[in-house]
Amino acid sequence: MPPSTRAIRTYLLLLLFLALRAFGNLCLAWGTKHLPEKLAADPLVYLRSMMDPFVALGIAMLIVALLARLALLSVADLSFVLPMTAIGYVLAALLGRFFLHEAVSPQRWLAVTLIFGGAALVSSTPQSTTSPMKDSK
Amino acid sequence: MTWVLVTVMVVATALSDLLQSYEMKRAGEQSVGARGVARLLRTIVERRYLLLSIACLAFSFFAFMALVQSAPLSFAVPASAASFILETVLAKILLKEQIGVRRAAGSLLVLCGVVLLGR
Repeated sequence: MPPSTRAIRTYLLLLLFLALRAFGNLCLAWGTKHLPEKLAADPLVYLRSMMDPFVALGIAMLIVALLARLALLSVADLSFVLPMTAIGYVLAALLGRFFLHEAVSPQRWLAVTLIFGGAALVSSTPQSTTSPMKDSK
Repeated sequence: MTWVLVTVMVVATALSDLLQSYEMKRAGEQSVGARGVARLLRTIVERRYLLLSIACLAFSFFAFMALVQSAPLSFAVPASAASFILETVLAKILLKEQIGVRRAAGSLLVLCGVVLLGR
């Protein structure tokens, strides 16, 4: 595969993963905050919570996000994928602020800016430094 | 209780990510088409470490669900980034990924942001 096609595919997968995860988390937060009971160690409470449409939708989106991430990890290093995931924290702060009306302090916005800077720095380094391992199967 | 949930979430996430990256590198490149997804699902079932990774992810996920219920989304999601440095270090040691100066600096900057976010 030409390097440019590979890079474009990697970034498309990254975009898909970030969008699904951010909105999946939002649905999940919205759903769990409106549940009648508190989630703790009891597995039954979790099973019941999944009947809630928002919780179910959130989980479905996060499952698809996980599949996108698995594909992403097959073409890029974990230490590339992880820093890029930091963009998700910015999205979480924005979605929390605008959809859940959370109070986000200036300190938190500063932190968000730091995360952006770090993520940008890391994204300018090679995506894959290890050669694919020989499959023993 | 908040910090117990954060700890469970972070350790389980780190374990899950390492197992996932290790096994998917062994599986080779995956594609995103319909056949690619089917092949991806088969890969998940066939590989033990991937199943273990998903079990860890489930654990981390239930902790996260309990966390977003009581804590703000703008705290819960950044708190999950506490796994960051642990994973980068383990990726270098166990997966033999090369961490360059820029990459390390970027990662550290992200970590500073995450610590500030969690305060």
